[in-house]
Amino acid sequence: MNFPRAKTFLLGAIALCFLISLFASQINSYWLFISYDVGINIILAVSLNLINGYTGQFSLGHAGFMAVGAYTAAMITNQFGELNTFASGAVFLTALLAGGLAAAVAGLLVGIPTLRLRGDYLAIVTLGFGEIIRVIFQNMQSVGGARGLSVMHGWTNFFWTFGFAAITIYVVVALVHSTYGRGFVAVRDDEIAAASMGINPTKYKVTAFVIGAFFAGIAGGLYAHSKQFLTPGGFGFMQSIAIVVMVILGGMGNTVGVIIAAILLTLLPEFLRPVAEYRMIIYSLLLIILMLTRPQGLFSLRKSLSVK
Amino acid sequence: MSALLQLDKTTIRFGGLTAVSDLDLQIGRNELVGLIGPNGAGKTTVFNLVTGVYQPTAGAISFDGQLTANRKPHQIARRGLARTFQNIRLFPSLSVFDNVRAAFHLHLRGDARHALWRGNGFFAEENEIAAKVLELLEIFSLGKFRDVCAKNLSYGDQRRLEIVRALATKPKLLLLDEPAAGMNASEKTELMRLIQFIKDKFQISVLLVEHDMKVVMGICERIAVLDYGVKIAEGKPTEIRANPKVIEAYLGQ
Amino acid sequence: MAEFLQQLINGLALGSILALIALGYTMVYGILRFINFAHGDVFMLGAFAGFYLTPKVANFFPTPSILSGLVVMAMAMAICAAIGIVIERFAYRPLRNSPKLTMLITAIGVSLFLEYSGQLVFGAAPKKFPALIPVYPMANLGGLSVTSNQIIVLAVTLLLLVALRFIVLKTKIGMAMRALSFNPEAAALMGVNTDVVISFTFALGSALAAAAGILFAVNYPAIDPLMGILPGLKAFVAAVLGGIGNLPGAALGGIIIGVTETLVAGYISSTYRDAIAFAILILILLVKPSGLLGKKEIEKV
Repeated sequence: MNFPRAKTFLLGAIALCFLISLFASQINSYWLFISYDVGINIILAVSLNLINGYTGQFSLGHAGFMAVGAYTAAMITNQFGELNTFASGAVFLTALLAGGLAAAVAGLLVGIPTLRLRGDYLAIVTLGFGEIIRVIFQNMQSVGGARGLSVMHGWTNFFWTFGFAAITIYVVVALVHSTYGRGFVAVRDDEIAAASMGINPTKYKVTAFVIGAFFAGIAGGLYAHSKQFLTPGGFGFMQSIAIVVMVILGGMGNTVGVIIAAILLTLLPEFLRPVAEYRMIIYSLLLIILMLTRPQGLFSLRKSLSVK
Repeated sequence: MSALLQLDKTTIRFGGLTAVSDLDLQIGRNELVGLIGPNGAGKTTVFNLVTGVYQPTAGAISFDGQLTANRKPHQIARRGLARTFQNIRLFPSLSVFDNVRAAFHLHLRGDARHALWRGNGFFAEENEIAAKVLELLEIFSLGKFRDVCAKNLSYGDQRRLEIVRALATKPKLLLLDEPAAGMNASEKTELMRLIQFIKDKFQISVLLVEHDMKVVMGICERIAVLDYGVKIAEGKPTEIRANPKVIEAYLGQ
Repeated sequence: MAEFLQQLINGLALGSILALIALGYTMVYGILRFINFAHGDVFMLGAFAGFYLTPKVANFFPTPSILSGLVVMAMAMAICAAIGIVIERFAYRPLRNSPKLTMLITAIGVSLFLEYSGQLVFGAAPKKFPALIPVYPMANLGGLSVTSNQIIVLAVTLLLLVALRFIVLKTKIGMAMRALSFNPEAAALMGVNTDVVISFTFALGSALAAAAGILFAVNYPAIDPLMGILPGLKAFVAAVLGGIGNLPGAALGGIIIGVTETLVAGYISSTYRDAIAFAILILILLVKPSGLLGKKEIEKV
């Protein structure tokens, strides 16, 4: 249960990503870019799973954190012209981490006031925060406002994307599967009982928000340097819902399930391309049917969405 | 010898209702005290006051020499106060093992960084904790259920698990809220033996809220009686049994 | 000063519309403790119902008049009431004993379904709402210009509020609604048919949302299938502001948000308009989560 070889796996995974990225030019570029989307969505879903699934805080504003990371990273890299591989790598990493940190601060600002709220209320407030972040970016002329921001460097590649995906998965799994990490699930299952055992519910909720937001910020940075164009509208409520659906489909608190769900849902639009018109309708119907028939997600062993 | 738990003129009002009124209560070290009273007397409210779930409207509560005013429940718990709940509050999705392991959180030397870095220190502490959890589970015959999901245990086992989990925090004072509820006669006898055993082996104090008179009279060294939030009697079991005010409170319902 | 009163009236009109939508949210929450995320889209459907009904009704009323407008509104309200009942029956009722989060997600699914089906059926491009009610010459009250549309919004809203009050306080089913909101189990034990009352509540809320949709479309004639998202969210904030589950609170909340938003947009900045409601939401949840008129619910340990 303690995953003694987790670190080895992580380093192996990162090495593998590096190797694959060296041969990236052999892969069809269309599917390569789709793979970046997959990686980015994995990061988003797994990081949200820490907040929603493991700690039981139903957050509907994850896209807001992604936006903070995206814009921050883009503003930094846009300061630089053409760079050699090594320098661009250094700048990119710094930009991504800065984006993650900015998003983490946003997570702190969102997490602290919303802590005493439960269930639906928490969901709506986080949604509200997400929208506020979007509106702020929409009005920030320095980042292009509603017209959007061009991102000069398309530095996102297989290594960065899946390297960070591996790190995200490692962090969440390693954290939760430890005695310290049992605190998250304890807070989710029964906050009052957890408090009676000396577990500080506030500390765990905020920690989950901050870590989750950090990785959402990283995902945002990767997204920015893949699409190379950012609009505030792309980080709205719909995006947050899309990530939430991945977490629900995978089973809240089930990292493997969530990863599979992220992959499936990213690739789904590709398969639904022939019926693109009906895509969102099918998607929403799927959501309803899923809740009516199997709310615990496709891959969970539980019988219902939450434990209560 | 200063009291472990001291309530001085503690009062709490909810809107127009005074749930607990002017309560003086003392628990010393290594004492087994019972708190009884008819339904609605305010017994669980007293627990909630002591553990910090409610803040008193008037009066003072101190635990282990420090006031509990404005302290959050988890802060008071960290000082050595553990409790069980009237309606069992286990962590339903966690295994029996993890329920108890979560309680060792209090005494963790490492934190998030160690969990992430996963160095030798981390694994050493995790193994240490695992050994202690199993030891505790074995003492209370729950070892064989270690990987069972807590919500799948039988009722009696769940109650026992809740007590074991509370003990894992290494408390100085253990609050038990109606632990005998829903048990049959033999289970109650076993429970009485268990509580006595806990007090002796772990050298802790126990404050017991209970309706079953046999259990209360059987193990408590001292009993306090509440009625409508007011303490109407306190003393040894034999004294309480014969106290006319107590009899009236229970019969005159 | 005149400018201020002008904005105030604009705000009142907007606030009335939000109030009508907020009432639906608060009624459903009061009975089911559930946020009907799809409610804002019923508002949209009301507007579209009006759009398609107006030409049909025009066959009977050669010239647009207040009467023809009210007929269209009544029909739209009926249609949306039916839609509300259907949604409840098929998407929410099976989940009544499920965790609240499941229902919330289903509601999100229903909302998305209505929006995207709307885009498919009605077309995604905005449509111009027909002239339903004739525009009378602007009333001029001491330097203020009040459009006849605004007066109609305020008048109709007032009418509907009075009607709602009557239903909730003076009819049997209204009493049943109130009983359910206090204690569902006890109400059921007293012989209240829970299913019927819940359906009725959804119907009522949806009808009000439809009315709001028509009133909105009369004042802001561009309608599209996604028009319900923002008003829906703002109306929800209004319900929370007033104390969710509290009917007068919802109306009060709607007015406050409408007025605040209009004043901020007029005097400070119009670009931050949409964020005002959310800022108010966060503020009220931090300061007084039970809302302006709501009561605190203490959790029993």
